Amino acid sequence: MDNVSALLGGFADVITPMNLLFALLGVIVGTAVGVLPGIGPAMTVALLLPITYGLPVEQSLILFGGIFYGGMYGGSTTSILLNTPGESASVVTALEGNKMAKTGRAAQALATSAIGSFIAGTIGTMLIVLVMPQVVSFAISLGSPEFLAIILVAFVGTAAILGSSRVRGFAALLMGITLGLVGTDFVTGQQRLTFGSPFLADNIDVVVIAVGIFAVGEALWVAAHLRRKAATVIPVGRPWLSKADWGRSWKPWLRGTALGFPFGAIPAGGAEIPTFLSYLAERKLSKHPEEFGKGAIEGVAGPEAANNASAAGTMVPLLALGLPTNATAAIILAALMSYGIEPGPLLLTKEPDLVWMLIASLFIGNFFLLVLNLPLAPTWAKLLRIPRPYLYAGILFFASMGAYAVQGQPFDLFLLLALGLLGFAMRRFGLPVLPLIVGAILGPLFERHLRRSLQTTGGDVSGLLGGPVAWVCYGIVIVVLLWPLIARLRRVVDRGVDGTGGRGGSAGASGGPQDSAPGVAAPADDGELAGGVQDTEYGRAFDDPEHASVGRSSERDGPPASTSGTTDPTTRKDSES
Amino acid sequence: MTAEATTAPSRVRDRAQYGLCAALALVGLVVIWDATRIGAATSSNDPVGPKALPFVIGAALLVVSALYALDVSRGGVGEQEAGEDVELGHPADWRTVGLLAAAFLLNAFLIEPLGWVISGALLFALASFALGNRHHVRGLAIGIALSLITFYGFAIGLGVNLPAGILQGIL
Repeated sequence: MDNVSALLGGFADVITPMNLLFALLGVIVGTAVGVLPGIGPAMTVALLLPITYGLPVEQSLILFGGIFYGGMYGGSTTSILLNTPGESASVVTALEGNKMAKTGRAAQALATSAIGSFIAGTIGTMLIVLVMPQVVSFAISLGSPEFLAIILVAFVGTAAILGSSRVRGFAALLMGITLGLVGTDFVTGQQRLTFGSPFLADNIDVVVIAVGIFAVGEALWVAAHLRRKAATVIPVGRPWLSKADWGRSWKPWLRGTALGFPFGAIPAGGAEIPTFLSYLAERKLSKHPEEFGKGAIEGVAGPEAANNASAAGTMVPLLALGLPTNATAAIILAALMSYGIEPGPLLLTKEPDLVWMLIASLFIGNFFLLVLNLPLAPTWAKLLRIPRPYLYAGILFFASMGAYAVQGQPFDLFLLLALGLLGFAMRRFGLPVLPLIVGAILGPLFERHLRRSLQTTGGDVSGLLGGPVAWVCYGIVIVVLLWPLIARLRRVVDRGVDGTGGRGGSAGASGGPQDSAPGVAAPADDGELAGGVQDTEYGRAFDDPEHASVGRSSERDGPPASTSGTTDPTTRKDSES
Repeated sequence: MTAEATTAPSRVRDRAQYGLCAALALVGLVVIWDATRIGAATSSNDPVGPKALPFVIGAALLVVSALYALDVSRGGVGEQEAGEDVELGHPADWRTVGLLAAAFLLNAFLIEPLGWVISGALLFALASFALGNRHHVRGLAIGIALSLITFYGFAIGLGVNLPAGILQGIL
């Protein structure tokens, strides 16, 4: 039980009165910001990250652990009392939680959520301790080609799976990678996309990107569509649970934890699927299935636990591989890097003290959350009534403060506004935000591993193939990219008819952009398969660019494809009118 | 015309999306142009060099912008982000957005000469005014309180990097 003694060492480093004060401060500030409507955990962490910059690493980690758990819990409070999930992972909580609140059981909903989060967080963090060293000992055998392939899985996963439209996901991902390109090349010292500006020469700070896209973008977007009438907030007393509520809650807590952690730990797993699965499971197993839809406590207890356990699970790939699997983890990665910690397989051997200190900080943050938030819940609920002009003015205020604090340059504030406008446009056009953040953070890492793997083979492409892990990853990437095609073929096979539609699709997918571009073939195709066009259409669109971006032919294919693509709409318009 | 058109009858085709496609293509071209400007920089040590990824990303941007335009031409619509304080029924309120951006720029220009306490308080007061706050004195008072708290709490207490400006020595 090496890990446990190492963890105890971490606790010994962390527990001093001063540090506990920082943990308390982090939880208070994190909850206070996280509870504000419209601010999810990722935005909370991004906004508050700069306040940890002036401190030594250990205290930054402790403050940060508190902010992280505070932000998570604040988000569930909002979804229960206001029916406004701050992020997709708390959608399921709002389902039953808000119903409970409306029937006068807000206190119980908050209590089961707080205690469930605490239990899931504690078990989840214990699991990190047990699992991470194993993952690390596996990860340490991986070389650059494998990391390249794993990052590619993360790219494709966030862009193609977690969103409704693949083309929009990839657009966001590419913009993120482009932002990551800005700055000085780390090998040759060449300036890229800096346009001669010395401020851009040392890369755009990820915190500025995250705060700009999340916070400023959100504030501008809401400002453009502000609802002039404030929502109704349900008053709440002090949270408590009756004996019957305990009896109904403890099993869902444990089941939610069991579902949440593994999903959090795999790349592109996230918290949406396990929270939903937990909800379904509880509805099936409940002794009071008739209460579901009217405020069943199991429907809050399970998903909340799943959400927190999944958050703990994301720490495994984050610390062991340096891979963030959701938006909050992406910000945590940026935070760790700004503290001079480089997550990855070497971290645990190089700086074991810091890792165990971080994990100990998570335990402490989680604990403070429970002791603080049960009594303070009514106070947090009051924050929900904050007038909207002050709320969004405050977001802009803290966003500017944070972005300036990163480097002490007014230039970052101009950059922040530009990124905020980009975030505004993304909300307007329905582009997902996560792929952009992931692209900006992992893009530079991707390039580094790409160059390193080709360096070892002297430029020979075989250097990219690596070992079995990389093969599996490339297999996953190909399946994800070709999935719409596979699904379409399966449908065709199932029906045993409609051969033309299937063949049309496969030609579009394998032949490159030119084949699918002419608009004439498309409508016939769509007409025949109108039943399930939505996904296959984006899908077919997406088999191409990835081939292009991987293959060397992309430079040749790009421009002609774009011209045929942009002329296409006009021809279509003509034929319609 | 196809499935999308029937499922989303309430929305007229969103042609502004073509503007986004054009912007993506433009970014792609800029990335490629910028990469051509980099001198020959591959070596035996670094066979890939700093130009390769920008070329690939630029080309991929062009391809995605084309496919995006294709998707739009087939009636694809990105779902605007909803939210508790968001009402999507009416058109965007550009006046508010413009005022907010102006307040933001003012802060960026004033933060170093005047210091965070003054520029931050102004930012808060102006932004809350833009968002519909009509209690000007209260807005300003909250702004001053917030910027004083953050300055003392974060800059002095936690060592966060915030400028004192003209109030140097007074605060």
